[in-house]
Amino acid sequence: MLQVESLDVVIDSKPILEDVSLSVADSEIVAVLGPSGSGKSTLLRAIAGLVEPAEGDIRWNGQSIVDIPTHKRGFGLMFQGYALFPHMTVADNVGFGLKMSGHADISGEVEEALSWVGLEGFGSRQVESLSGGEQQRVALARTLAPHPDLVMLDEPLGALDRNLRQKLVIDTRRVLEAREVTAIVVTHDREEAVAMSDRLALMRGGTIVQTGLLDELLSHPADDWVARFIA
Amino acid sequence: MRQIRWGWVAVAAPPVIFIGYFFIYPLTRILALGLSELSIGASGVEARLFRVGWFTLWQAIVSTVLTFLAAAPLTWAVSSYRFKGRRLAMALTTVPFVMPTVVVGTAFLAMGWQESIGAILVAHVFFNVAVVVRTVSTLWSRIDPRIQEGARVLGASEWQVFRRITLPLLRPAMAAAASIVFLFTFTSFGVVLILGGFRYATLEVEIYRQAVTLFDLPLAAALAIVQLVGVGGALYWYSRYQERTAVSWTLERGSNLRRPRGRARVGVAFATLGTLLALAVPLSTLISRSLAGSYYPALFREDPIVGVPVLSAVNSLFFAVAATVLATIIGVLASTVIVGRTGDMSRWFDLTLMLPLGTSAVTIGFGFIVALDWPIDIRASRWLVPAAHALVAIPFVVRSTVPTLRSIPRETRDAAGVLGASPFRVWREIDLPIVSRAAMVGAAFAFVISLGEFGATSFVARPASATIPTMIFRLLSRPGQSSLGMAMALSVVLAALTAAVVMSIDRARFGDVGRF
Repeated sequence: MLQVESLDVVIDSKPILEDVSLSVADSEIVAVLGPSGSGKSTLLRAIAGLVEPAEGDIRWNGQSIVDIPTHKRGFGLMFQGYALFPHMTVADNVGFGLKMSGHADISGEVEEALSWVGLEGFGSRQVESLSGGEQQRVALARTLAPHPDLVMLDEPLGALDRNLRQKLVIDTRRVLEAREVTAIVVTHDREEAVAMSDRLALMRGGTIVQTGLLDELLSHPADDWVARFIA
Repeated sequence: MRQIRWGWVAVAAPPVIFIGYFFIYPLTRILALGLSELSIGASGVEARLFRVGWFTLWQAIVSTVLTFLAAAPLTWAVSSYRFKGRRLAMALTTVPFVMPTVVVGTAFLAMGWQESIGAILVAHVFFNVAVVVRTVSTLWSRIDPRIQEGARVLGASEWQVFRRITLPLLRPAMAAAASIVFLFTFTSFGVVLILGGFRYATLEVEIYRQAVTLFDLPLAAALAIVQLVGVGGALYWYSRYQERTAVSWTLERGSNLRRPRGRARVGVAFATLGTLLALAVPLSTLISRSLAGSYYPALFREDPIVGVPVLSAVNSLFFAVAATVLATIIGVLASTVIVGRTGDMSRWFDLTLMLPLGTSAVTIGFGFIVALDWPIDIRASRWLVPAAHALVAIPFVVRSTVPTLRSIPRETRDAAGVLGASPFRVWREIDLPIVSRAAMVGAAFAFVISLGEFGATSFVARPASATIPTMIFRLLSRPGQSSLGMAMALSVVLAALTAAVVMSIDRARFGDVGRF
């Protein structure tokens, strides 16, 4: 279980996150929904340890993790734009996390991870030869392959065209559920957030305004902005 | 809370120690020595500094102007027209530029030009034509033709378009080319030492004479200060100029070259063939004269004074390998700091590492013999040669690797970190493989630089560790036709080695030979 408590993040003396609190139960998928610039990506980067919080705490199963460096947190983060390693094949990309943890049977695990996203046999391809949708799925497989405790997806479908998105929303959700992972999905798209998550967290101006199921947000919006944004 | 990041300290330490000990520290010793000499005001020192400084300045200015005049026809042809052999012509023009200075000097001796100011100026032009052609044509061929067409429609003749539109637009490239050519000719050493005889000396040559031949280290240090002031002034002028004239018009992405027709065809043919023929004369004379006599076999025979000349090639290759390894490791570490750190640290590193570029090789070599008696005297060590070469080559390695490292998005490194890679693993798995091809190009540059380096080597190479360039110079310093012949033969060997490495860089299709 993840608990973010009163988190403040300051970058170049500008406050990016202010008093953000959020908790995600085991095997729960939470969507952080908000307009661009609201601090969603920074929240994920803070949880991953890529930015240091100025105030507040981040706990995993009750233990504070803010002093643990990124590479030892054991979380997965799928980046907006994927950040695939351009000098590696699909298999080397997907197997990277396993290689870092010194896993024994990397190729078998890679083949399995590729099968979750329907890319069997793509292992030897160069990532630059892939289509946008294929890259998205490689990124997802790379994130999931090391079996991270927590999976974070940053605008996982943001770079794709509309038709592909509708298909991949369902696929991605299915993959996450099949693995029973605990996940946070960041998006600015309401449809996507609703389709991919169990629960929504609405973010605006560096803080979380309201969390809850879609119905709760619709029936009891915290303020006018929430009512308009969610409608 | 600020913590010391030991990983970064470990990465930054080798470049800091290397540049600090082999460059910054000797430079301060030169400054201290030279300033005390200047403050004593020994008789005649000022007049001498002025005379040598003035010669250095005016020959550099005249060389620069002549280089522009000589480069103009070919620059015009390759910037305006698309024609058969255009790329080949550009490539061939670059050949003199990559040749070691000693080879160029020997080539002009082979043509019978010696102890003359004309030989120095023409050799400088020969050397630097490629700088002007490449730098200016890159901009010229990309000017949007509609700007010129607009002027034509408004009633300007073709000449007026060139004078009022094209030429002003080319100013940034011309300033860049002029400052490069000026710096090269202002700090010219090998060519002037070989072709100037005893009558003509630039600051570089005079530093060498005072330090190595006459052992007047304080005077040499004073000369080095004048030299540094001159170089610094030129660099300052250029950076100010760059700030004032930021290029703001839109450039065409691709090239918009036309095929030449009518009179233009004749002009293009004359410009191209004329330039190439003129450039071919010195090197072909060198080759043909080196073959007129049994000079090549003589390179393998024991000579009572210089030893077996061809053994210098063994030394050169050994030093080149050592210098390349050293420059590549230090250069890549330094690039990692420049790209990985932000703010002052990165800027300071970038600037400091470029300083050896602005400092002449002679000053670097001179600094070694002035300063490296502390903490222990290592001035007789043969390892000074690769250290000096590496110092000259590091800026080139940094320049070829920094852009590649900068092109790696932050997310790529972050992704590796999230997947469990420690900062060191990120560097090993992401940065290193991606930068390795660019580093190979930098390494090849370092190799070529080391093979041809003469200015610094002439201070630190002992007779037993003579490199090809210093061996050529020793042969040239002796009277007699056979010594000249052997020098010519050895120059051809050096030219061939250099050409082979440069061609392999070109084949790697990475970057542009002779760009800065």
